[in-house]
Amino acid sequence: MGEFRMPSLGADMEAGKLVEWLVEPGEKVRHGDIVAVVETQKGAIEIEVFEDGVFERPLVELGAKVPVGTPLAIIQGREPESEAEAEVVPPTAPTGKPDAVPRPSAVAPQIVPAETRPQTAPVQPAETGTKASPAARKLAEAHNLNIAALAGSGPEGAIVLADVEAAIGVTPKTLPETPRPEKPAQKKPASFDFNQMRAAIAAAMARSKREIPHYYLQDTVDVSVANDWLTRTNADRPPTDRLLLGALYVKASALAAKKYPEFNGFFGESGFEASDRTHIGVAISIRGGGLVAPAIHDTADMSLDAVMTSMRDLVARVRAGRFRSSEIADPTLTVSSLGERGVEALYGVIYPPQVAIVGFGKATERPWVVAGEIVPRLMVTTTLAADHRVSDGHRGAMFLSQIGKLLQEPEAL
Amino acid sequence: MSQVDIDQVVREELGNIAPDMDLDDIDPQGDLREELDIDSMDFLNFVTALHQRLGVAAPELDYPKLMTMDGAIAYLKEKRA
Repeated sequence: MGEFRMPSLGADMEAGKLVEWLVEPGEKVRHGDIVAVVETQKGAIEIEVFEDGVFERPLVELGAKVPVGTPLAIIQGREPESEAEAEVVPPTAPTGKPDAVPRPSAVAPQIVPAETRPQTAPVQPAETGTKASPAARKLAEAHNLNIAALAGSGPEGAIVLADVEAAIGVTPKTLPETPRPEKPAQKKPASFDFNQMRAAIAAAMARSKREIPHYYLQDTVDVSVANDWLTRTNADRPPTDRLLLGALYVKASALAAKKYPEFNGFFGESGFEASDRTHIGVAISIRGGGLVAPAIHDTADMSLDAVMTSMRDLVARVRAGRFRSSEIADPTLTVSSLGERGVEALYGVIYPPQVAIVGFGKATERPWVVAGEIVPRLMVTTTLAADHRVSDGHRGAMFLSQIGKLLQEPEAL
Repeated sequence: MSQVDIDQVVREELGNIAPDMDLDDIDPQGDLREELDIDSMDFLNFVTALHQRLGVAAPELDYPKLMTMDGAIAYLKEKRA
């Protein structure tokens, strides 16, 4: 119960722009519901709520860019026995009298964040003394509009985004997109700002290289058995149920991470904390540039089919430019695979605050010695980049070779 | 379904997996993975979509025949003939 805040979606995120509410005031929300869409350097991200309750009212107007931690809305919590009372709240009176519901005293007053939170994106009372939200000010600036000349509809007469939009005659929906001619059958991926994404990657990777003493290991793994098993398995399956080698890589890495916990977790201010969950971040490149590595939650506990389904779903949503806050925020280990094209080996850069990244190159047919004979085998180069503050090459080697061993028994994955 | 329709379905589904590409600009006989910069997951999504829309479940053994735009159209025409 209480405030629903702008989540942190990674070490590199400082602020996010609220672009859409997916719930109405008065609507019930449950743990895991997607309630809002926030635009970050990583693109549009669906934000989930982690409590049950009633979405009482938004505190931030659409289009506002606010720092991580800023309250976005009031979610009125529900005591188990107060369900009936919650029902009493007329859904048509979103901002009406809160008397009908038990109101926790800790809930913050209505906030226009810029005004009451001076440490976060302060509203400059400006030369004119006009009160306006940052988003309104920015939009007005962009249109060379004198903001002081507008009538404000916000608290204490503050000028909010809607006022500026009304003044320049646009609706919020048409605003952020730059209209460009396209063919009807071809959709552009959702609005990634490639410059912003490049900046975000640069910041995270520079921090990684500055703070994390990486060490690197490499192994060569025979994936012929795994590939043959895949071929046999897929032969009886319709396309929608087919598996790819990449799903085996991700599952094997998750199982190995369970056995070697010093490669799975977060390095925080008080040092490394291993995670007992295996949220494997899957690096997915974005068309046009950039990449994201959203997590598959509890990968080690999922069936291979479920891992594959999750990966397909993630790829599809990355293509469409939409993923969920919980997927972006908390991978415990990242897996990056080049797939069937590209080159033989990939050396990852650890994504802070994680402490390891596993790389898979392109699987290639090679002459290999098996039982004294030179035979063609499908080989893949695996790599590990790990954090020397947490582990050493000896354990790293055991972790990486465990992944290779697991891939020899694909039916057990 | 006529050939025109199959053409259209193939183009639409390629457009779905590579929405930023202009299909008029690609080589219809070039490897789709190179022409459209798609990976095996994208390709599987393409095959899945063709199955759902045209009822043709291409086995993995036939994937090489689907690797170009012209090849995919010819393959689907033959399977539906």
